[in-house]
Amino acid sequence: MLAVAVAVVLLAGSRSEADPLEIAGFRLDNGLEVVVISDHRAPVVTQMLWYRVGSADEEPGKSGLAHLVEHLMFRGVRTGEQVDASTLIKRIGGEENAFTSHDYTAYHQTVVSNRLDVIMQLEARRMAGLEVPAADLEIERKVVLEERFVRVANSDAARFREQVNAATWLAYPYRLPVIGWEHEIRALELDDVLEFHRRWYGPDNAVLVLAGDLTEARARELARRYYGAIPRRGIAPRSRVREPEQVVPRRLAMRSPQVGQPSWQRRYIAPGYATGLDDAHALEVLSVVLGGGTTGRLYRSLVVEQKLAVSAGCWYRGDALGPTTFGFYASPSPGVGLDVLEAAVEAEVNRLLAEGVTARERDTAVRRLRRSVILESDTVSGSARIIGAALVTGRSLEAIRSWPERVAAVTVDDIRRVAASVFRLERSVTGELRPSRP
Amino acid sequence: MKQRSFPRWQCLAVLVMLAWPSTAFALDIIPVTSPGGIRAWLVEDHRRPIITVMVRFPTGSVADPAGREGLVHLATGLFDEGAGDLASDAFRASLEEQSIALGFAARRESLTMSLMTLTETSDLAFKLAHLALSRPRFDPGPLERVRNQVIAGIRARRERPGTITWRTWWTSAFPGHPYSRPLRGTIDSLRRITRDDLLALAPDLLARDGVLVAAVGDITPDRLGSVLDDMLGDLAGSPVRVPVPEVAHARPGAVTVVDRDLAQSVIVFGHDGIGRDDPDWYAAVILFEVLAGGHGSRLRKELRETRGLTYSVSAGPVLFDHAALVTGRVSTGNSRAAETIAHIRAVWRDFAANGPTEQEVHDAKEYIKGSRALRLASSPGIARTLLGIQVAELGIDYLDRQPAMVDAVSMHDLRRVAARLFRERELAFVVVGRPSGVEATHHAPEGPPPG
Repeated sequence: MLAVAVAVVLLAGSRSEADPLEIAGFRLDNGLEVVVISDHRAPVVTQMLWYRVGSADEEPGKSGLAHLVEHLMFRGVRTGEQVDASTLIKRIGGEENAFTSHDYTAYHQTVVSNRLDVIMQLEARRMAGLEVPAADLEIERKVVLEERFVRVANSDAARFREQVNAATWLAYPYRLPVIGWEHEIRALELDDVLEFHRRWYGPDNAVLVLAGDLTEARARELARRYYGAIPRRGIAPRSRVREPEQVVPRRLAMRSPQVGQPSWQRRYIAPGYATGLDDAHALEVLSVVLGGGTTGRLYRSLVVEQKLAVSAGCWYRGDALGPTTFGFYASPSPGVGLDVLEAAVEAEVNRLLAEGVTARERDTAVRRLRRSVILESDTVSGSARIIGAALVTGRSLEAIRSWPERVAAVTVDDIRRVAASVFRLERSVTGELRPSRP
Repeated sequence: MKQRSFPRWQCLAVLVMLAWPSTAFALDIIPVTSPGGIRAWLVEDHRRPIITVMVRFPTGSVADPAGREGLVHLATGLFDEGAGDLASDAFRASLEEQSIALGFAARRESLTMSLMTLTETSDLAFKLAHLALSRPRFDPGPLERVRNQVIAGIRARRERPGTITWRTWWTSAFPGHPYSRPLRGTIDSLRRITRDDLLALAPDLLARDGVLVAAVGDITPDRLGSVLDDMLGDLAGSPVRVPVPEVAHARPGAVTVVDRDLAQSVIVFGHDGIGRDDPDWYAAVILFEVLAGGHGSRLRKELRETRGLTYSVSAGPVLFDHAALVTGRVSTGNSRAAETIAHIRAVWRDFAANGPTEQEVHDAKEYIKGSRALRLASSPGIARTLLGIQVAELGIDYLDRQPAMVDAVSMHDLRRVAARLFRERELAFVVVGRPSGVEATHHAPEGPPPG
């Protein structure tokens, strides 16, 4: 085991005399990175095991494999007991689940703190080996297909989002749906599953986040006891294809009898924390100025003042290993066409490009972002989620720790420069979703 | 397949762990009575500079006048859109620029205000909450804007499979009863609502009598007491009392199919249940856990884990002040809808005839007792728990007593209650999609009038 790398304080500078959120990080000899967030307010602890592999790391033609493996991880763990792991976790009053994204796969459980051993032992076992009977694969494939029906096939809005997403990227694998295309889910084989687990599920490709009522010393002891014996796999860092230069704006339109209220969106390719750390902080601040609730520019202008829309805003997600998107959305007031709405959003973007943001807007946005860190610390598992996702998408613990200061260092000039580089029509996709014609 | 072996001691460790008693945890709930006589429960915790307050009023959308459906829900969208001397712009800016989260949510028989603030902005937060509760403006500009937003939401949702299924379920379960009226209203009823309706409603709805309060975080009992008087002291005394008739499911056993061109059938099912004050309630809680409590539960095992018929299946009690149902939901490919329904029926029959097994009951009891602490790992989670205990009048020491109450339920009770509670022949089904092999016994009733 290595020595302590960092022991940091997220909430430094907060005016109240609250205990800070204590974060410690260390690494086991086998490469497993461990982060401990100590918070003793409730006698509860959360384990989140994050693997640096997601759907964007699948081989061509195997979309949905990362997610199918996630499902099968609940079937393929040996407990040494008569019952499976999920039953053991239920018996100790625990909750568990998992999620797969483009960039990562994470497994998590929450239990009362003196049962942490149980969930760590079980999680370590399914890292060490996955055994799936062929019959289980076929059942779980059906479950995943039903999940796809629920999430996508039964919702025209979701089908449209999937198509817009696929059109956003010319080559980058974020174009594929995390759950997979139906025909590719149907073709996945047991060997695909086992090979995927062997290739990616090793201690040297994972981050273990333990959050809640535990000390760093206990985390160290338990991590070494349960995960320490699993051999390093020698897993190489991920390499992904590069997104080529985009030179033509794209536009998709769909009509559906299921859609009762039209909606409009536009996404621009943008850097994230992994591909442009400083730009990402500026984009965070900008997203609050433009889309922060009912006082952001877009809502103020389109909804309150011009009354063209019932909703308007933007989104930005910086936690991505590859390039990401900065998106705008709006839904029209009765009788307003999507073309009018689009022109109104473009007018706001043009005003931003011409005039930038005011110092007061910047200051307010920065204050809101800094306060959001304190408010999010109310939920221990929420902090675990934020920190885990950041670590497996290319940020360091140091970068996460300094997030409030880096956000505070963003200037109005930074915002104007980043806006000019991101909001270029040739690197955008526009989507229009309307009700069927009567 | 390659075999992987584990050291024996790891297997032993699991056994040892399971033999440990669960953590004795205590939540120190302080009963607070303000100088003005308003009562609250407080969990005081100064380790984070955050204060959370939830205030629950005992009337909800059942107070909507006939023809003005959606009035209470609309009001919840307007309380924080301008109050006192602050018009909407200034009010919203005060909240958002100071990161104060103030929100209102209506249910059928309650309305809850939630407030979360940093300590440093809490004076302003309590002042704004007081204004929203006692002097909402309902200015014409925000009224039209929020009305259009609610209408847009209705339009956006009304043809979604889940919306159609639930709408059909409630209108066929409780036809003509306030519980089946659309909580958000209809496009027509929303258009009829005037500013005067809202001004007349507010004092009737937000009154002091029957109010329940939970507070968590960086605040002392003394300060909370004075805050409560400032925030709630000048509200009207008694809220409007809306007579709601007792009601039971109108069509036990009915199978209703709503035709839609969907890949998957969405199914809601259920029948009458028992209420929170029923002496068999704790037996029912254990039975619902065995029936549908996630992994390994009867429904999940039969439908998902062994047959892959669905991604998710749920079932549990749905409680009103004057009705109680057992209700479940599942979705499955159209070609497998009949098979899914047959398995749900079989689970019901077997449960009623044989009850749960000893092992199932052991696991369910351990889960219910062991997972209590998990709901208390955030300020809103604690506040919701405190409110829930007060609503059900369980007593301030309920969390301490609950394990013994769960343990006291015997196998004999559970078998008896299973036979009483799960009546396969009364199961009603609403199916939306193109299910093959499902024979409808009823036509779908008309939904709310289209706009």
